[in-house]
This record gives sequence, C-alpha cells and structure tokens, in this order.
Amino acid sequence: MTGLARNPQLDANGGLRHLLTLEGLPAAVITRILDTAVPFAAIGEREVKKVPLLRGKAVFNLFFENSTRTRTTFEIAAKRLSADVINLNIGASSTSKGETVLDTIDNLTAMDADIFVVRHSESGAPHLIAAHLNATGRSHVHVVNAGDGRHQHPTQGLLDLFTIRHYKKDFRDLSVAIVGDVLHSRVARSLVSGLATLGTPDIRVVAPRTLVPTRVEATGVRVFNEMHKGVAGCDVVVMLRLQNERMKGALLPSTGEYFKEYGLTPEKLVLAKPDAIVMHPGPMNRGVEIDSAVADGERSVILPQVTFGIAVRMAVMSIIAGNPGPRE
Amino acid sequence: MTPGLPDAEGTLAALAERMRGGVAPDAAFVGIYSGGAWVADRLATMLGAGHRVGYLDVSFYRDDYERAGLKPNARRSALDFDVAGATIVLVDDVLYTGRSVRAAINELFDYGRPAAIELAVLIDRGGRELPVEATYVGARLSVARDLDIVLSRAADGTLALAAEPRVAR
Amino acid sequence: MRITIEGGRVVDPVAGREHAADVHVADGRIAAIGAKPAGFAAKRTLDARGLVVAPGLVDLAARLREPGFEHKATLESELEAACAGGVTSLACPPDTDPPLDEPGLVEMLTWRAHARHRVRVHPVGALTRKLEGAEITEMAELAQAGCVAFSQADRPIADTQVLMRAMQYAATFGYRVWLRPQDAWLGRGGVAHDAEVATRLGLAGVPVLAETVALATLIALARVTGVALHVCRLSSAEGVELVRAAKAAGVALTADVALHHVHLCDVDIGWFDPLARFEPPLRGTRDRDALRRGLADGTIDAIASDHAPVDDDAKQLPFAEAEPGATALELLLPLTLKWADEARVPLPRALATITSRAGDILGRANAGRIDVGVPADLCVFDPRAAWRVERAALRSQGRNTPFLGLEVQGRVRATLVDGEIVFEQ
Repeated sequence: MTGLARNPQLDANGGLRHLLTLEGLPAAVITRILDTAVPFAAIGEREVKKVPLLRGKAVFNLFFENSTRTRTTFEIAAKRLSADVINLNIGASSTSKGETVLDTIDNLTAMDADIFVVRHSESGAPHLIAAHLNATGRSHVHVVNAGDGRHQHPTQGLLDLFTIRHYKKDFRDLSVAIVGDVLHSRVARSLVSGLATLGTPDIRVVAPRTLVPTRVEATGVRVFNEMHKGVAGCDVVVMLRLQNERMKGALLPSTGEYFKEYGLTPEKLVLAKPDAIVMHPGPMNRGVEIDSAVADGERSVILPQVTFGIAVRMAVMSIIAGNPGPRE
Repeated sequence: MTPGLPDAEGTLAALAERMRGGVAPDAAFVGIYSGGAWVADRLATMLGAGHRVGYLDVSFYRDDYERAGLKPNARRSALDFDVAGATIVLVDDVLYTGRSVRAAINELFDYGRPAAIELAVLIDRGGRELPVEATYVGARLSVARDLDIVLSRAADGTLALAAEPRVAR
Repeated sequence: MRITIEGGRVVDPVAGREHAADVHVADGRIAAIGAKPAGFAAKRTLDARGLVVAPGLVDLAARLREPGFEHKATLESELEAACAGGVTSLACPPDTDPPLDEPGLVEMLTWRAHARHRVRVHPVGALTRKLEGAEITEMAELAQAGCVAFSQADRPIADTQVLMRAMQYAATFGYRVWLRPQDAWLGRGGVAHDAEVATRLGLAGVPVLAETVALATLIALARVTGVALHVCRLSSAEGVELVRAAKAAGVALTADVALHHVHLCDVDIGWFDPLARFEPPLRGTRDRDALRRGLADGTIDAIASDHAPVDDDAKQLPFAEAEPGATALELLLPLTLKWADEARVPLPRALATITSRAGDILGRANAGRIDVGVPADLCVFDPRAAWRVERAALRSQGRNTPFLGLEVQGRVRATLVDGEIVFEQ
C-alpha cells in the first residue's frame, strides 16, 4: 500500500517505466519523447506504416471511461509498432460487475499483458494500478495513462507540446493561452505541467471564475477572466471542450452566453499574434467553444494534432516498453 | 590517428575506385546513420555520376530492443525516391556482426521491394554473427573484441577512423 | 484484587503535575497514591520503574463497527486494540448499521461491550432518526439506555430549523450535542482540501467554507438554544478562530481535533495515497499549524483518535472511491506524545487532551482522572519505548493507517479498568 509516496512512473535510474503524469517529468525525458516522435511521424508517411519494435507484445486498451477517439489512436499507434492490441471497454463502472480496478488488472496480467493503456473517470486510477504492479513484482508491465478524471492526460499534453514545437520551435519565448473549462480539464493540467517544465514564460488560463480551479496560480499560470485580455498577443491559443453537464450545477448559464464570452471567433483571434496557431484536443463543439471559421481556418492546426498524436503515442510506448524493469 | 588503423580518406578513395564501373549507373546509395550517411554522401560526390542518396535510421529495426530498450537519438529516415524496383547500394562505415545491415534490409523492404541490394562498407572488421557479406570493401581489419571502430567527421568534412574501448552494456 | 504499581511517575492531568509515586488499587478504586495504606497487602505488584502512570485514555471517537459492519471489525478486535492502546473509555459514534437511534440497539451494544469486562464503551446516540436529519430521536430513552451525547456522525442536518429544534430539545434535558461542522452542500462530492494539491491532482475539493459556514451556524444556534455543544473534528485554521472567538464571547462549547489532523496535511496525499483519505479532509500546512496551536492554548480541548477500521478492499481503490478513515486507537498515545514533544507541551497538559478534558466532554465524572477514590482506570506506559507502526503490530482488524512505516515512541505496558488488569505487555 505504501509505494505511493514517490512517483511510481520513474524507475530507480530515472528511466520512464510508466507514463502516468507530466508532473515532475524531467525536461530531458519530455524532450526525448518529442524527439523520438519525429521519426515515428515519418513512418506515417510511408507505404508500410509499421516498424517491428513491439512485435510479440500485447497492448491492452483498458477503458473504464468510454472514448472511441483516444482508444483508436492508441490502437493505431500500437499496431504501427507491430504490437497485438486488445480493446476492453469496461464501461462507466467496474463496480457494477463487482470487480475492482485492481482485480481486473490482476486477471489481465495473467493473460500476459505488456502494456496497459488506461482511461478512468477517477483521478489517480493509473497511479493505483502502477503502484500495485510495482508492489506485486510485475514492474515489467507498463501503464500509460490515457486520461484519469480531471488529473492528467499526458499523451495529449505531449502531442500538444509536439505540435507547438513543430510550429513555434522554441518554448522559451512563447505566450500560450488555454481557454475554457480548466477546472475539469486533464488536458489543461497536462499541458500546463509540460509547458512549465520546458520553460514557457507566459502560460495563461482564460475562463469564468466558476471554471478556474482554486489556487491554480500555484501551478505556474496567470489567470484571465476576460477573453480579449487573455488571448492578447498570444502565440498559441488552446481551446478546451465544454461539456454539457456544466450547465447543471450552476457553473454556467448557457452555451450561448459561453460562446459569446469565451468562444474563439475570428474577431477574438485577431487579438492574438498574426501568426498564432489555434489548437483543440477534440472533439470540437462548433459554435460553443470555437467558431467553424476558426476551426477550419488557416491558423488552425487541429488536424495535424491528430496525426502527431499517433507518432507521440508510438514514441511513448516504445520508450517505456523498452524499459526492461528491475534486473532481478 | 591510432597506429594500425588505415587512413579513412585513403580507404574511402580505394572504395570509390572499386565501385567505379561496377556500380549500376541508376543505383541509389542509402547510407546508414550516421557514419554510413557520411560515406554515402562522399561516394556519390567522388563517383560523380548523379547517384541519388538516401539515409536510413535503423533504430526501430534493431534486434536488441528487448535487452537494451529504445536507442536515444533516433532520426527520420529519408528516402526521397521509390524503393520499389530500385537498385540500392546500402552504405555503412564499419561492417562487424552484420546486425545493422540485417536491420537496414528489413527497413528497406518496408519502403518497397527493391530490384537488388548491394552493400558497400568502408571497413570490414570480420566477426560476423549473421550471413552477411559486403559487395564493395574499402579495407579489411582484424580488431580486438573489446574495441569499437568509430568514424568521425571534422568540420571541413574530413573523415577519420579511431579505435575506442567498447562500452559494456 | 489488590495491586500496587511501584516506582512509576504519576501524571495528574487535572492538577497539571507529575511526581514519582506508587499507586495502590483496591476494590476497583485507587486506594492511595504515594504511601501504602495501613494494612494494605498487594496481591500483585507491577514494576513501573521508568514508566509513566497516567489515567486511562479517554477517546471521544472510535468506531467499533458493530452493529452492521462486522466484516470490517468486531467489538472483540477493537476493544482489544483499545486496551493495547491504553484506552479505558471510548465513545462510539452513532453511524452503525442500523444507526444508534433506538434504545434497544444501544442497550445491546453496551451489554455486549460490558460482557467483555474491558474498556468502557459509551455510545453516542443519533440526534435524528436514521441520522436523516428530519425527526428527532427519543433522546431521554436513549440517554437512559446509556447514550452520553447525541450526534449526526458525518451526516449534517441541512434543515436549520430541524437542527435548532433538535438542539433545543436536547438542551431541555441538559443533553450534550456533538456535531461536526459540515455544510450539506458546499464541498458536496469533494474528497480533498480545496487548494493547490487538489487542483494539481484533479481531485474534487472541499473548501474550508464547508466547515466555517456550518460552524458559524452551530455557534449561533448554540448561543440561542443554550445547548452544550461539542464541535467534532476541526480541520481548519479559520475553524479554530471561530471557536476561539466563541469561547471568548462566553459561548459554552468544546472542540476536538482528529489525531491525523494534528500531524498530516494535504501534501501527504502524495500520489493519490488512499490511506490519506479522510473526512474532513487533511488540509493545508497553515491549518495544521493552527490546529496544533489551538490544542496547545486550550482552544481545542481534546484529541480524538477518530478510529475507523477500513478493510483493504475498501482502500485499494482510486482515491475518490476509497473509503475514508484509518485505524488509530493504538496510535492515540504515541502520536499525542509526538505532538507534545514537537510542540514542547508539558506531559500533564498533553495527556489532558486524551484523558481529563476528554472525560469532561464525555460527561462522566471520573473519566480521565487519577485521584484517590476514583475507579482505577489506568494506563501505564513507557514513554521512551520505540516501535514501528506496522500492520503486524496492530491489533485492530483495520490495518490501514497513513502512519504505516513510522517509528514512534510510547508503548503501553499495562492497562487497568475498574482496578483489573485488562492488558499487559
């Protein structure tokens, strides 16, 4: 049960054994992942989009929370590494079948899983799994967090960093605005962790107060409640998805007012730098957080993000699967 | 320069001579990063017959992934021509166990089915662990197992060979 | 049996002093402190050289899990843990299954506990039926059955009118009301202190407001109804301030803090460690400091173990799904000593927070006292004996505590209840 005192994703030599969070991940490790994604992106442009690195390895997509998009990109990435892929949709509640997360993991590792790609609606579930594997002598089994509650979505953060680096080169003189429901966003938390680690001087979150997490400044961001001030002079504008449930619970009155105040329209985009890029983790709610003219416009790099996502996930899986675990 | 090691530039010239006239005029040279890439560039220039040059990074095709993990500094391979039906001369700086060449051949086939593949190496140091032989060799050497032969390139492009102690993994 | 406890250092938390003296026990009571009474012949002599002889510990909150949660723990195992921890009187909250809202249930519990001839178990009755916050319970009947006070455990009464009337009714008979300040809506669904750590970890937060808004309400109502109010499990600096101000204004209230809040804060969640999941949640370092200062200056009267045995299955879950609570009866002594040592609080004052002052809140005249003539409930311990908190070392059936692996000092050597040795090591 102990073993959650130190970050279980790094081994004793600082090598990446699991990818659970971008928090505390050294800049050198992040940079290595981004650098490794470059040749993997090139693989995607060939006829035969496969390399044999993970041949014979089994990647289990363990999605306790549904997501066809993310699951599909992981599946494509794993298959391009020649791995076998098994998809398991446990659905909203593992407890509905009476089986706990750890029971499910124990059953599956008995089926020779090498990598678990885990998405769960509760923050910390992948950490629980990784600690359990480390504690039960199975640290050769690797965990990739595909999104845990509001906590982190590290592969999304990495592909966002890759995208920014691709278009803007150097993080050290960038101004990045993250707009939307930051309170509930694991995408935002991952991106902020990564940007801060790589030395981005100006990281902003833009949202109404009800959607700004308490003391978020402690993570290294400046808070803006007004869109036109928040995106002024930015190099990168990242739009977050707004979920419908936010209207209940008195966080927001309506999507209409939200779009008016916080939606990214051409008029607001003009306030950013002339060569600013627009990003979105997808899927987009057109007319809620982003105007179609912007989403389909020339500053949008939303589609390249998807392609980069496959390369980044290939890089992550091949780096961690190559970590052999402690030599016994 | 380490005593006992041949001069790289001289060996390169000898290799080019052996290839002149023997290599197909439309052959494409594919250098394995990074030493093989340097040699491929120089050979194309020296032969002066307009051979196309491409580069391969074999990090994703190596056979020691299980043991040693993913090598850092993997680069994009760059083959700007169609491999299918092409005559390829694979170029590497040092031929030793033959495993890099095996990886390169596997990778080439994922680009397309070549008509033929030949192998040109600056140095053949023996010690093969796979049935691989070079078509064109600059020089043959006998080297102790605990040494690595390393090619380097100076700022002005001059190539040089050195022997370094092998790093145990 | 006549017992002499020889050569120890007697700590009197009420008088605030300690001195070397023998203690003589006869007919279940303390017969003498110091010289032997004339004609006293001890049947047993306990060698207490190097040991402290203190009143048996009084714990204001220990869940025994009966009735209803026997898969987590039983009376047998938890009372054993209490004895091993030097606890001779404990109050158990009403959130059993069914809740303690019927005299029959209370009688059954006290009878079962009494039959074991060990620790004194004082049930705290439910303030409202089924703890649902709508109808008040038959407090007079429950008091007769043995309830020392009335509480809602962790289920706040949302309807302030019901809350006020419950307090008025209790005040009619002079019954005490023990309540956790907990707003019914603020922080609903939250699992961690609403600040930097929860924000970074993406955990739903419980703001301090959830405590202070409710506490202000409780204090205002207590003032008007005149009920004897005890505030349970303070967790925040602002909460301590409100209690300090209320006491200064002459409101009759007491307060306790849970053992884990004295030592831990939200950073101890680490990477989602479910052992650090508590309600109220572990708060910030400033809150922890304020709680410790509140204990030292008397604003907070007592430390409660908040003992809650939780089985492994309920802990090995993602943080928000894990059951809150930790085993604590056997840690009450060593961790109180640890606080006293760090905060440089003299031993008698420190022990008062888990003996006499807790006994006052319990409303049982002699609980937590060491005087000639009172029942001999005693805790004899070695203040310097070091031991490691390990699952194997715990007697409680709940072996989950965030203090696992910690080296602590303070080991109980003997526990006496009613003049009988119920534990010895």
